[in-house]
Amino acid sequence: MFEGLGNLIAYQWLGLSADSKLGSALQFFIMDLSKILVLLILVIYIMGLLRALLSPEKVREFVRNKPKWLARSLAILLGAVTPFCSCSSVPLFIGFVEAGIPLGVTFSFLVASPMINEVAAVILIGILGWKLAALYIASGLTVAYFGGMIMERFKPERWVEDYVWKISMGNTEREKPDTSLGGRHRYAWHEVKEILGRIWKWVVMGIALGALFHGYVPEAWVSEYLGGEDNWWSVPAAVLLGIPLYSNATGVIPIAEAMLGKGVALGTVLALMMSIAALSLPEMLILRKVIKWPALALYAGVLAIAFMLVGWGFNLIS
Amino acid sequence: MKTIKVLGSGCANCKTTARLIEKTAAELGLEIKLEKVEDVGQIMSYGVMSTPGVVVDGKVVHAGGLPDRKNIQQWLT
Repeated sequence: MFEGLGNLIAYQWLGLSADSKLGSALQFFIMDLSKILVLLILVIYIMGLLRALLSPEKVREFVRNKPKWLARSLAILLGAVTPFCSCSSVPLFIGFVEAGIPLGVTFSFLVASPMINEVAAVILIGILGWKLAALYIASGLTVAYFGGMIMERFKPERWVEDYVWKISMGNTEREKPDTSLGGRHRYAWHEVKEILGRIWKWVVMGIALGALFHGYVPEAWVSEYLGGEDNWWSVPAAVLLGIPLYSNATGVIPIAEAMLGKGVALGTVLALMMSIAALSLPEMLILRKVIKWPALALYAGVLAIAFMLVGWGFNLIS
Repeated sequence: MKTIKVLGSGCANCKTTARLIEKTAAELGLEIKLEKVEDVGQIMSYGVMSTPGVVVDGKVVHAGGLPDRKNIQQWLT
């Protein structure tokens, strides 16, 4: 249906040829834009209707005072279903620290949350198929689990800003949510507007980049430079490229789609996706308010190495 | 007169939330006392981890994301 819409607008109405660069780029853009928009609205609305979206405050309650392996697993799984705007990472970090949640577990949450979420999962399945979706999610969860564990070994507590330890969290009375059908609908629709309002630019940018790649990058160039395991450096290059490039997990998917379509190696694509979603300069600068430079470097370093291992690993076996 | 606090350390959504509340109050012809709380320690003292948060007369009515217009009207009246 969405492919048909792309064909209709790009090839029939605008009369572009399917072989032309512009034509195939535009067809890709329209197809992905319509598909992702429809999926986004549906998923966010349904999750909102079920009020299935968790708040960080609830995650904190679930995770505190649990044995470490359980705390970490919960933090990652809950991180994956908690919609969380990186602008909240400072209060979130402090709230976790205040609850006595180990720093390594907090890092695991901070890694998993931007990389994996239910919205991105559904769109991954819709665009790349469930196999690739499962691969991405499984590697993301693994990186979050072990990445946080390794960061903990470096005793990052010494690099937390002093004022963080002094803050104590209060417990003010909260209003109960309206759970009538009308209330649920209003909440769900509001959620759609709010989340779309926040991420639409990343999604459109991702689709545009994907479309450019799809239309303008020749396959021969791809197979020479980004192809198989002969080019060991294409994986670290993908990770490096992902650091200044920032998008949310949903916006990354069309880029991955276009690259896989041109035959870029699977591991290289996964490494790029993870790096774009989870390693971003602006987010790290926000974290600088609560942790000092060595901890930030540790965070970025461990993640970069983990993403490279994921990339090389998949390139070897695929 | 209701006292309303917008909790948020200067993020774009926090400023928009404060403006939305001001605008809605003006439309309803209500006088309110609007205060922006930007200090992280103070924000956390309300038990809020996702900003922007909204506190009406000492009760947290909202946390995380932009509030809905209808909800704002409910808080004010």
